[in-house]
Formats: sequence, C-alpha cells, structure tokens
Amino acid sequence: MKVKLLSRNPDDYVRETKLDIQRVPRNYDPSLHPFEVSREYTRALNATKLERVFAKPFLASLDGHRDGVNCLAKHTTNLSTLLSGSCDGEVKVWNLTKRECVRTLQAHEGFVRGMVVRHCGTSFFTVGDDKTIKQWKIEAPAYGEEEEPLNTILGKTVFTGLDHHRKEGVFATCGQQVDVWDEQRSSPIRSFTWGVDSFSAVRFNPVETELLASCASDRSIVLYDMREPAPLKKVIMTMRSNTVCWNPMEAYYFTCSNEDYNLYTYDMRHLEKPITVHMDHVSAVLDLDYSPTGKEFVSASFDKTIRIFPKDGGHSREVYHTKRMQHVICIKWSADNKYILSGSDEMNIRLWKANAAEKLGVLAPRERQAANYSRKLKEKYQHHPQIKRIANHRHLPKIIYHQTREQRVMKEARRKKERNVRKHSRPGTVPVVSEKEKHVVTVVK
Amino acid sequence: MAKVSKKKVSKKSVRKSSTVTEKIAEVKPDVVYDDGGDDEFLSKEDGNISSEEEEEDGGGKDERKRQKLLEAISALGGKRQKKLGERSEAAVLMSEFTVNAEGEGDKIDLSDLIGSMEKTSAVPAKTKKQLKNLQHSNKTIECPLSKQESERIQRDVAFRKASTEVTRWKDIIKQNQRAEQLVFPLDKEPTGPRPMERMVTGWKAQTPLEQEIFALLSANKQPINDPILTPAEEASMRAMSLEEAKIRRAELQKARALQSYYEAKTRRERKIKSKKYHKVQNKAKRKEFLKKFEEMVKTDPAAALEELSKIELARMQERMSLKHQNSGKWAKSKVIMAKYDEGARKAMQQQLEVNKELTQKLVTALNREEEEEEEEAVDEEVLPDFVNDAEQGLHCSNPWMRGKLSEDPAEKELSENMDLITEGPGAVGNPAEEEEEEEEVVETEEETLLREFDSRRKRRQAHEAVTAPVPDQEEEEEPQVPDQEEEEEPPVPDQEEEEEPPVPDQEEEKEPQVPDQEEEEEPQGPDQEEEKEPQVPDQEEEEEPQGPDQEEEKEPQVPDQEEEEEPQGPDQEEEKEPQVPDQEEEEEPPVPDQEEEEEPQGPDQEEEELSEFTSLLRGIADSRREAEMPEAAADSCPTDPSARLEEGLLRVRTLEDMELLGQPAPATEQLPPVAPQADTARKRKRGIELKEVLTKETQVIKVPLAPTMEDTEDSEDRLDQRGLIKEAFAGDDVVSDFLKDKRKQEDAAKPQVVDLTLPGWGEWGGTNLKPSRNKRRRFRIKAAPPPPRRDQCLPSIIMSEKRNSSISLHQVNSLPFPFQNHAQFESTIRAPLGRTWNTEQTVRKISKPKVVTQLGAIIEPMSREELLKDRKQVTAGSAGRVDSWKRKR
Repeated sequence: MKVKLLSRNPDDYVRETKLDIQRVPRNYDPSLHPFEVSREYTRALNATKLERVFAKPFLASLDGHRDGVNCLAKHTTNLSTLLSGSCDGEVKVWNLTKRECVRTLQAHEGFVRGMVVRHCGTSFFTVGDDKTIKQWKIEAPAYGEEEEPLNTILGKTVFTGLDHHRKEGVFATCGQQVDVWDEQRSSPIRSFTWGVDSFSAVRFNPVETELLASCASDRSIVLYDMREPAPLKKVIMTMRSNTVCWNPMEAYYFTCSNEDYNLYTYDMRHLEKPITVHMDHVSAVLDLDYSPTGKEFVSASFDKTIRIFPKDGGHSREVYHTKRMQHVICIKWSADNKYILSGSDEMNIRLWKANAAEKLGVLAPRERQAANYSRKLKEKYQHHPQIKRIANHRHLPKIIYHQTREQRVMKEARRKKERNVRKHSRPGTVPVVSEKEKHVVTVVK
Repeated sequence: MAKVSKKKVSKKSVRKSSTVTEKIAEVKPDVVYDDGGDDEFLSKEDGNISSEEEEEDGGGKDERKRQKLLEAISALGGKRQKKLGERSEAAVLMSEFTVNAEGEGDKIDLSDLIGSMEKTSAVPAKTKKQLKNLQHSNKTIECPLSKQESERIQRDVAFRKASTEVTRWKDIIKQNQRAEQLVFPLDKEPTGPRPMERMVTGWKAQTPLEQEIFALLSANKQPINDPILTPAEEASMRAMSLEEAKIRRAELQKARALQSYYEAKTRRERKIKSKKYHKVQNKAKRKEFLKKFEEMVKTDPAAALEELSKIELARMQERMSLKHQNSGKWAKSKVIMAKYDEGARKAMQQQLEVNKELTQKLVTALNREEEEEEEEAVDEEVLPDFVNDAEQGLHCSNPWMRGKLSEDPAEKELSENMDLITEGPGAVGNPAEEEEEEEEVVETEEETLLREFDSRRKRRQAHEAVTAPVPDQEEEEEPQVPDQEEEEEPPVPDQEEEEEPPVPDQEEEKEPQVPDQEEEEEPQGPDQEEEKEPQVPDQEEEEEPQGPDQEEEKEPQVPDQEEEEEPQGPDQEEEKEPQVPDQEEEEEPPVPDQEEEEEPQGPDQEEEELSEFTSLLRGIADSRREAEMPEAAADSCPTDPSARLEEGLLRVRTLEDMELLGQPAPATEQLPPVAPQADTARKRKRGIELKEVLTKETQVIKVPLAPTMEDTEDSEDRLDQRGLIKEAFAGDDVVSDFLKDKRKQEDAAKPQVVDLTLPGWGEWGGTNLKPSRNKRRRFRIKAAPPPPRRDQCLPSIIMSEKRNSSISLHQVNSLPFPFQNHAQFESTIRAPLGRTWNTEQTVRKISKPKVVTQLGAIIEPMSREELLKDRKQVTAGSAGRVDSWKRKR
C-alpha cells in the first residue's frame, strides 16, 4: 500500500540565514489588491505630512567672528573644513564635524573681500580692503612659528573679489579691473577693462576653465576668456548683479544674483535673454552658489532668507530663515551636496541641510527604499490639491510674508496698468514684453 | 602729399639751375623760401654771384649783409668754420654734413632699383615679372581701423570662438538632463588595488638590499610598485579598451561554444547505430546535393559538369561492384531465409532498391531536354482538368484560389496549358480517377470536398454552356435567370444535401414560401466562403442584377412579411450563421449597384467574392419572391430599398466572418444614395412601429463589432442627417425613458433599510428556519428619510445628489502643466507604484531616485575628460554597430 505524504522542499520557504528577508509568497492579482489609487493617495498624503514634520533644516551655528561674515570658502579636498572671512579682516578656519574654529588669523586690515582655496587644498588666498592679495597655508603654523602669509602681493587698488583656476596656478581678482594673475608673479598676466571702473565679483567657469564672468557696477555682466587679450561680451541689465556663479555640470549656464530681487540664469552663448528668471526673494540677492550636482542652487538675500531654487524653476522649492539670522551675505553649497553654509551680518555661520526632511547619515537599505518610494509617491500626487498645499506650505517671518504679498500686489497692479495701456493704445504700439526680456537692457559686443 | 612733392620738384629744378648753369642769372621769384640753402651753397662755391643776387633781390638784402658781416667776423677768428645751414623747410634737402648727393631729394621709384636688375641675368624671370607687376599696381594700403572698432572685432571673434568651444558640451548636457538617474560623483575611482605610486609618493628604496632589488626589477622591466602590470601589459591594456575587449571576448566565446555544439552533435550522430536513421540521413544528403547540383547547373555549368562526371563515376563504380546485389554473403543468407521470413524478403527488396537508386542515371538540365518532352506528355494526361478551371476564372491574383489544389506537383505546367480546359465536359471524369490514382498523397477531407465541388461545377457549367452562352450578358439575361436556376439545380442536390443538411432547414423556417429547389442553392454559400472558390460567384453574378428590380416589385406587398421575419431572424440564426439574415437585410439595396459596377472589372478579391455571396443569397431570396408574383408592379419607385436601410444599421457580423474576410468587406458596405425627402415621413412611421413591436431588438444592436461600426460610418455618407438621427434614436420613447430614469435614480438615492438580524441567536437555528418577525423588526434599522431632492418639483430635470464636497477637496480640478490631456494624467495616476501591486524589481526600478550621491564624497565639477569619454563612446558605439552589421552579413 502506498502512503501519501505531504512533502515540501524546505528551500522554498526556509531562508538560508537569519539575515535574509523572509520569503513571502505574493499574489499580485489586482483583484486581491483593490483601491490602489486611493491607497497610494493616502500614502502620499502621509508621506507629505511626514516630510513636513521632519523638515528641520537648521543644523548648527558657528559663532566666533567679531564682525559680520563677509566671505566663505569651501575647502577643495576636505569636506569638513570651511574658511570664513569677516568684515574686520579676520579669517577663521572651521572644522564642521566638530563645529569649532580650528584657527584664526588676522589677514587684512578692513574687510576680507574675497577668499578662495587653491585647487590642491594646501593653501588659500585672501584679498582685502588693504589692497593686498595674500596667500596662506591651510595648516596652522607650528608652535613658535609666526602667523604670516606665504606670499603677499600689493595691488594698486582695492580688490573686491577673487577666484582661483580649477587646475592651474592662476587666479583672478576684480576691483577697478579684472586681473588674471599667475601665482608665481607679482603682476597680473592679464588685465581686462571695458569702460567700467568697479567690479563686484569674478568667477572662473569650473568646466571650461579658461572662461570667466564678472559683475560690474554699470549693471553689466562681462564674460572673459583668459587666453584672449580682450573681454568677450557683456550684457547690461536693468539693475546691478551682485554675484555670478557658473553651473558646475553644464558649461555654458551661469546664474547671477541681482539687486532687483531676482536671479537670472543665462546661457552664455545667448545673452540677449535669460533662460530663467528666478523670483521669490523680497530684497536684493547678495550671493548664490550652485549645488555640485548642478541641479539646484541656493541664494542668500538681504531679506534675511536663504532660498533653494531648482536650476530651471522660476520659484524656490525651499526657504530657510531663523529669527536671529540677519542679512545673509555669503552662501555655499557643500561639495557633497548635503549641506548649505551661510554667513550673515550678525557674525554667525549657519549650517543647513540641503534637503530639509532628509535623514542624515547612512540609511539602511529598507529605509532607503521607503524613502525612494515615498519620494516617488509625492512626485506622483504632487498635483493633488491637498498634497500640494501641505508640501508647499512654509512658515515665513511676518515681514517677509507681508512683503511678498505687497510685491504680488504691486506686480499685479503694474500688469494691469500695462494691460490697460495696451488696450487703449493703437494696436502694436505697446508690445508684450516677456518677463525674461524685461530685465535685459542691451548686449554689448 | 601731392603738394609737398610739387614743392620738392620745384626745389629740385632750382637747385639744378643753380648748380648746372651757374652763371645764368635767372632766379625765379617763388624760390624765396629756399634762400638760405642757396645762399649757403653760393657762399661756399662762389662769391661773385652774391653781388648779382643782391642787385636783384631787394627784400633779402639786409639779411645777406648781416650774414656777410657775420662771415667776415668769423673769418677773423683765423680758423674757418663750417657753418650749419639754417633750417627753413623739411629736412629732405639737408645733410648733416652739408654734402648733397645728386638727386637726393628725388622720389625713388621701383624702376630705379630694378633698372640694374634687368641687365643681370642671375635674377630669375619670374621675380622680374613679379616686380614689374608690383611696379604697375598703384594701390594704397587702407588706413587702419579705429581702436574701438578693432577691439570690437577682436571681442567678437573671441566670443565666437569661446561659444563654439562651449557648445561642445551640448550633447553631454542634454544627455544628463534626460538621464533617468545620475550618479555623483561622475568619475568614480576604479575599484581594485591602487598602484603603489599613488599610495605612497614619498617612499624610496633606502637599504642596499632594496636598492638592489629595485635595480634588478627595473632592469627587467618588471613592475616595481606592488602588483600591477608590466609595461608591456599596460601597453596592451591601452591598446584595447574594456568594451572592445568585452565584445571580442564575447565573440570568441560564442564561436567556441558553437564549435563545441557542432562537435558534440556530430559525435552523437556518428554514434547512432540505427540503420534507418542513416538511411534517411543519406537520402536527405543526397537530395540536398541534388538541389545544390541543380542550382549549380544554372550558375556554374563547368563545376556542375565536373560534379556530374563524379556522380557518373560513382554510378559506374556502383554498377561494376557487387555491392547491394544479391551476391554477397549476407544477401545469400537472406535469399535462403526469404522463403520463410517476410522480414528477410523485405530487406532483400530494400537492398535491391538501394542498388537501383544508386545506379540510376541522374537527370539534370544538361541531359534533360529529351526527357522533358516525354514528361510533359505524361503530365498532361495525368493532370485533372478542374485545376485549370480554377485558374480560368481570372482569379489568379487571389491567393485563396490557388489553395490546396495547387499542391499538385504538375499544376504549374497545367495552368499554362489553358487549351485543355476548354475541352469541358469531356474531361470531367478525369479528376475522380486521378484522385484514386494518387495513393501517396493523403488527402484531407477539405480537398476531397473541393474536388467534388469542382467536378460538380464543371458539370453545371457544361450544362449552362448549352442554355446560357456567356456570363457577360447577364443584364440582358435577367428574365431568364429564374429558369436558369431551376435548370442548374437538378444536378446539385445529391451532393449538396449530403454535405450540409441543417442550413436549408433554417432557411426554410425563415421563409416558408421558398420553393424547394432554391434551398439547395443557398447552402452552397458557407462552403464557398470557406473554400474561397472563384467559380461560385460567376454563376451567382448572373442572378444578382435582378436584385433591384425584384425588390422594387416586391416592396408594396412584402413589408409586413419582412417585419415579422426580421425579428425572428437573429434568434433563429444566431446558432449557426447569424450574419446571414442581417446581411441580407442590409445589403439588399447595395448589392445590385455594386455588382453592376464591378462585374466588368472582374471580381478578383475575396471580399468581393464574399459580397457576391451575400448578394447571391439576397438575389435568391428575391428571385423566390419574384417567382411568387412574376412581373408584378414593375413601375414601383426605386427609392424603396432605403426603407429597409433603417434596419440595416443593425447589421451584425460574426468574428469568424471577419476573419475570413481578412478586412472589412468594403464593397458590401456601400449603401445606396440618400433617399429623397418625400419618403421620410413614411420611413419614420415605420421605424417607430418597428421598435414598438420589437423591444428585444435592442439586444442585437448591442453587439457592436468592428465592422458594424464601419458600416454605419459608411452609411453616414449617404444618409442625410435627419434620417441618421432618426435611425439612431429609432423607437426611443424619450419622455418615458427619462421618467423611468429619474425614478430609478430617486430609488437609488433612498437610504436602504439595514437588516442586522442574525439567525440562531436567541432562538432555534437551522435550515428552513427563519428568525421570528419580532426579532427581525427589532434588528431592522430604518434610516432617516433623506432631505427632499432638489429636483423634486422639477419634472424635466434630474439633479444628481451624488456630488460629495469632501471628496472634491482631494481631487485635481485642472489639468496640471506637463500633461496634454486628461487621459495622460489619469493614466499616470492609475498605475500604482507600491510593492503591493508590483514586483520587487519593478518597484525598485520605478522608485529609482533621479540623483544619487555618495555619502561623504566630494563631487567635482564636470571635467574635460567627460567630453572625451563621450566622444569615445560614440565612436565605439558606431564601430560596434558596424561590427554587428558585418556579422549579420
């Protein structure tokens, strides 16, 4: 007689080690899992709410300066090192992991106007109001050694900005003119002037490393090529640009922060019209920095807020502010794309998360999957009114809130007026000028 | 300039005059400004002239006196000093040493310089020519641009250069923007052991032993630092990129695998002991060889001849040898056994067959001619005639027509010999005989059926040939047609009834008045449809043209009948061929027009055949009626067919039908032109009547098949708007429907009574026991009556109470930006993302983040190497493509 027995292969249901995930037989028959849309909607809603709950971007404040922080510099090879220069000529080197000042040096008399770390990460340059360019070692002087610069160049005029070439021993300064210096020489190898006598910022293109852009006081942005004897082109806008920053991943795009509360992203090949106008600030934008991925940038404004814009978005995705933070003068996005550093008028440097609700540190695989899934859900349901409302809600200081509203009213009024003028004038005499075209006065060849 | 030169010339002339003709006292008055100079000379050379000059030049007198005085004074000094002249004009004439060469101030011409050159023979002629040309050309160099202008140009050029340089990044930027996922940092450090140089930069060999070792290593070109590679290896690495290497390796692997497969296969085949297998194999090979040989005969006769000779040789050898004959040892034993053993006998026979085969003479194109003729003769006799018949009907373009019949090997030749067909009735007997003869070919039932059909047709045609001469005269023959049919039919019934007895029954039900003879014609239809025989329609066409006339005649009397029939039609016929009656109803009117149009063109396509078939059915029905009331009311209006069209929209076709068609039959679906307005009133009345009578009809409509839709579309072209709308809403009692609808909605909106009674609680339970009424009353929960409906007092309005404001709060009320239409947006929302609905892999794929960064890694800006990498990839990709293309070839 044959006895029938149940026999199963344990491989089908027993995991090999206890670290494995339990084998769960699944039936994906859609009829067994109804209401997918509504269930996922609920999940998305919850994810959005949780995101807002966890959105705590402020990490630390580094205090120690005795005057407003005027410039910041990222270390090129070390993530945890930050340099800051203040309005009293003091430079401080910070250790971000310990959140403490490692070294302090009196670099200049008067403001430290600009600061940049050499590409190798062993030394850095500063320019100040005392018409000097100084090169310093990153390492603190040994015991008994005096704190003095490696190299000092005396200039004829005040320098207002500084940037270093990404690969070579070449740096650029700006002041009355834009100068390109060789590190080995005490006089500039190139000097560009173009009818202006005051520049506020100069930046090397990190991709096409021979190109430069600078902001001048005649409301213009001027482009240069280090190899050419003359500047390339300039665009004059309705108001002055404070700083300019190149996209580190896309060679021909740069963004400038303008006094008219906006930021403008240009394609350097077509300066006639900015590609995007980034609006949201309610006061002059003082500084900006691209994220190292080139997907977003952060801007610091006189209105005491920091805003993060997607590179092709007209409005910010995030706004950071604290009660005590005053006018934000300088801002940097850390090289690992995780943090934002801001230096402000009230002598503090602040460390922020680039993604407010992100969990810091190493994520477990399941955590990461969950985060990915909820991100995707949020993205999928972003157009649903409730989710949109929750996701876009930000608390703003009263002043900024009211100013924003005021701006909106003004803008609306202006638009209305323009419309009325157009309506009551001969067709064609009052052309429609797009927002992008409005802010460019002319392009000078 | 010109002015200046003029002056010079004048000066020159003066000077000449003064020097060459010293004593001529002619001094022009305009030379005043030159005085000083002249004086100088004069004073140096001669004193006499001065007096003369004094006399003439009154103005310069005083000065001259003064000069003389000065000279005298200076002469007193003893030593005579050389005096520098006064400078009153540009210094061309002045020499530092007051020495003046002749022609000093002259403009030097090129000719002056070349002059000597002309004489010297050492100068090549070419240079001379060039110089001469130069001499003739008197272009001036343009004056330089202003500084601003030139700077602007410089800037423009520089900008253009820079922008083109920057534009190189366009591809990479686009690619990155489109990328589904970007992983930063972009250039990851290669994993694996890092070369020692990079790890320890400052380290040096210090001890003597170390130094010795390193010296040895470097002498032998071995890697000094740690593991890695020798220079040679590195060079080889550089020579071939990773991708190329991978591709190459994959190719090699594949080749090796294929080789091993082949080896294994041959080994296995060699081991097979089965004689039969080898026999088959050999036979196949031989066949293959023959085929090849045939080809070779065409392409390369020389080689073929060689082959032929080889074959011939082999044959000769076979014939000479005693192999495969009954003289071998084995054969002898078999012969002995053969008397008793069936198997042995067979084996012997086989062997002899093999021998026969091997010794058979090969027939090729080279030695074929004589044989061919014989073959042809044989073939012609063997082939059945009906095959030709099939081709005769101008249906050669129709693939169906060449279906099974063409499988006969000799068919091709036959189709050419059309003459045989005309022999007609005499040849009818042949096919049957032939079939019997063909023993090897296993015939399917269909084939036999087909043949039968053909033979039958043959007979019928032969019959027709007597009665009706040519099918082209159809239209003229109309009156004859019924007679024809009757004539045609007699031969058919025997076979027909055997094949398909059920169909005629249905038809009978449908139209009881139909004469018996006609039934037999109809069943043919399905068969023909399936088999796609061209011949059938030929006959039918003859009948078709009658269509319109007959219908017209019928109309006045028939309608009642029809209306009764039609509703029943589908119910009865749905079982087998639901399409037939419907089609008929629809297609009655179109058929005749069509046919009249198309017949002359020759019905080549299957669709047409099908339509012909349906029309044939129609025609048959009509002819039946005609038979009932011959020559009745011939003058009835031709627009009547449109009255039937109303129902025509209900046409339903089965899927099988469509499959057979391959495409929706276009010909049949055409409808007659719009009926005049005069008739519409009657039509409407009729339509409504119809609907009132047939409430179940709607079900039929609700089976919408694709062709039905097209049908209606086609008909739209021909129908006027009113007629169309009327048809669409035929039989709708709108008002009552609306009321019903409203009542339904009201009922649905009423709150339901909730019955929470549980049987068995508090009392006996079991089958057939109901909970007590008391209990039921207690547990039945009546909901509160809803608030009065808003459309309570509005009889002609339904207001939905379903709208829920709490839900609408969560719903998207306008189309979000990137989406073009609602369907797009909804489809994105509809697809779930979670692992509840998707497999693990899918979820992972779907929820991939756009940007991935590594924790604690510095993300460097894009470097120029990326550009190179990109370019390399492109080139590698194109090369790979070429490779694959080559491989394919």
